[in-house]
Amino acid sequence: MTTAPATGGRASGAAAMRSWQRWLIERPIVPLVLLLALLVAALWTIQPDLRNATWAAGIVRFAVPLAILAACQTLTMLTGGIDLSVAAVASMAAYIMATQTPAQGPVVAILLALAATAAAGLVNGIGIGVFRVHPLIMTLGMSLVVLGLMTVYQLKMVTSGSVIADGVAWLGGGTSFGFFSNSLIIFVPLAALVLFSLRRVGFGRLLYAVGDNEIAARLAGVRVWQVLLTLYVISGLLAGVAGIVYAAVTRTASVALVERFLLPSVAAAVIGGTSIFGGRGGYSGTIVGALILTVLTSLLTVLQMPEPVRQILFGAIILAVAAAYTRITDES
Amino acid sequence: MSAAAETAGRPAGGGTRAGTVRSLWRSAWTFGLVGLLLLLFLVTRAIKPTYGASELESLAIGALPIAFAAVAQAVVVISGGIDLTIGSVMALTNVTAAALMAGGSEEFAVLVVVFVLLLGLVVGALNGLLVVITRVPDIIVTLALSFVWAGAALLVLKSPGGSTAAWLKGLIDDTFLIVWIPEALVLLLVAVGVVWLPLRRSRLGLSMYAVGSDRLAAFRSGVAVGRTKIAAYAVTGLFAAMGGLSLSMSTGIGIPVPGPYTLLSVAAIVLGGVSLAGGRGGLLGPLLAVFILALIRADLTFLNVDPNFATVVQGVILVVVVMVGAFATLRRRTA
Repeated sequence: MTTAPATGGRASGAAAMRSWQRWLIERPIVPLVLLLALLVAALWTIQPDLRNATWAAGIVRFAVPLAILAACQTLTMLTGGIDLSVAAVASMAAYIMATQTPAQGPVVAILLALAATAAAGLVNGIGIGVFRVHPLIMTLGMSLVVLGLMTVYQLKMVTSGSVIADGVAWLGGGTSFGFFSNSLIIFVPLAALVLFSLRRVGFGRLLYAVGDNEIAARLAGVRVWQVLLTLYVISGLLAGVAGIVYAAVTRTASVALVERFLLPSVAAAVIGGTSIFGGRGGYSGTIVGALILTVLTSLLTVLQMPEPVRQILFGAIILAVAAAYTRITDES
Repeated sequence: MSAAAETAGRPAGGGTRAGTVRSLWRSAWTFGLVGLLLLLFLVTRAIKPTYGASELESLAIGALPIAFAAVAQAVVVISGGIDLTIGSVMALTNVTAAALMAGGSEEFAVLVVVFVLLLGLVVGALNGLLVVITRVPDIIVTLALSFVWAGAALLVLKSPGGSTAAWLKGLIDDTFLIVWIPEALVLLLVAVGVVWLPLRRSRLGLSMYAVGSDRLAAFRSGVAVGRTKIAAYAVTGLFAAMGGLSLSMSTGIGIPVPGPYTLLSVAAIVLGGVSLAGGRGGLLGPLLAVFILALIRADLTFLNVDPNFATVVQGVILVVVVMVGAFATLRRRTA
């Protein structure tokens, strides 16, 4: 604002416009929070009985697993990749946990589930980092592999039954004092860790570096394959956590539990301002993006829109937000 | 354009020796796929000696929607985009056809087919238009629009229903001339050929390869990039509509829920040698890949392998083939 030269009315107007844009580009979170507030305000105007903490806790309860799942997309998109295996991997974690709980107890079951997701992530990482397979293809193939393996596993485990331990259900899907969603106990430290790593830790910087210009990063001495390998293992683990939280929220587990959240997880990251081409974005926007999508779903439900109209509006709004975002950031 | 008869690769191959070698290399992937397909047929005969015309026919009918989806995806990826709406557009055109044909006469169904093909063309053009004017990455735009078209399909038909004209179903339920050629295969080749062969030799087809290969270079050479992209998406929509009609033919009804065709189409084009970076590949490779995948699935069934395990095998094949392909390209570049 201060550097705008006042040579003429139109010129200074344009300069003010540009600096306003720059201000917005540096703080993409501002319009997102405004949009979220707008949606909540619209919802509360339409349905005044929802102006209470229980509704808010419900929104948070559903937004948390989506935000964790979207963290996978945010991190991989920062390097110019994408992880389409998150839904299959998350469902796998939920299903392994639920079927192993009767025999092994919940703690071992969760550890087994997370080990499986880390293994899936490792295979993704080897394919993408070492063999240079396109992330879209590698993770797509991985999701087919995981889905098939889980269906075979399901037939083997048909007698064991599936159990969501009470503790897990409380932690992932419970509410305390009527307004506090217990899953925040997991999510807040996790989100803090991701945010901190992206801003202050070398690994986070490397993700941006690889996504921004992989060749430059390699010439600067970054071992790109190690970064990608670690990244996809982390992505697998995060997907595993998200799957377990989903199982706790819905109190069910199946091999297709998380399937319908794959596209919303990508959408949350994109709405949150992470570029699919890599090098630009962050996790705070993604969290708001996940909240926006959850509130939007709630709003469309409250409006008693029939399912088809709901889907159409959902898609149209994602596209509109992404287009507005590109408009703002491209003209810098 | 002298080497336009080559089976895969960019249409512009030079007449020089180096050009011939290059076009041979580009066709190598396709030849490999043909070899693999023949090998698989031999394996299938070995596993199940009675494998014959009727099995071949059901193979072709089962693979028909996937084949149209793969062709649709190939066109748009060659032009440097990607279309995640294919499954939804197939569902939309499928239910539109089924709803309009319910209670209508056989002659009216001809009009319905024309209408549905036009619908696919328009929906595809709309996809392309939104990609061009919003400047949002293709994958995001089509991801969002996949919700829109799936919702539209549900608006047309709430639950599976409608019907399909008898002559339309009759198009694929028999063999053509001799017992070894399924009608579904003939229909597929004719439908794809009628659209693609003239297109690829046209100015527009060349522009598609140019835009997919290097957008900026194409722009500077005077190609209307935006219009070419919209046209590519429109052709993709047209092929997706054919896929939707083929669903009508094989099921006889309309199902308003998108099948797994979008993801299968991406898998097929990658196996078929179409580069996700754009500008490279043809339609024959993806078609061969679809039949290879279908045949592997059938073989596993004959071997009494758990059908769910077939999904695992499909995923592993996809990844391994791409790895081998990446290695081959790498070696070629360093050699």
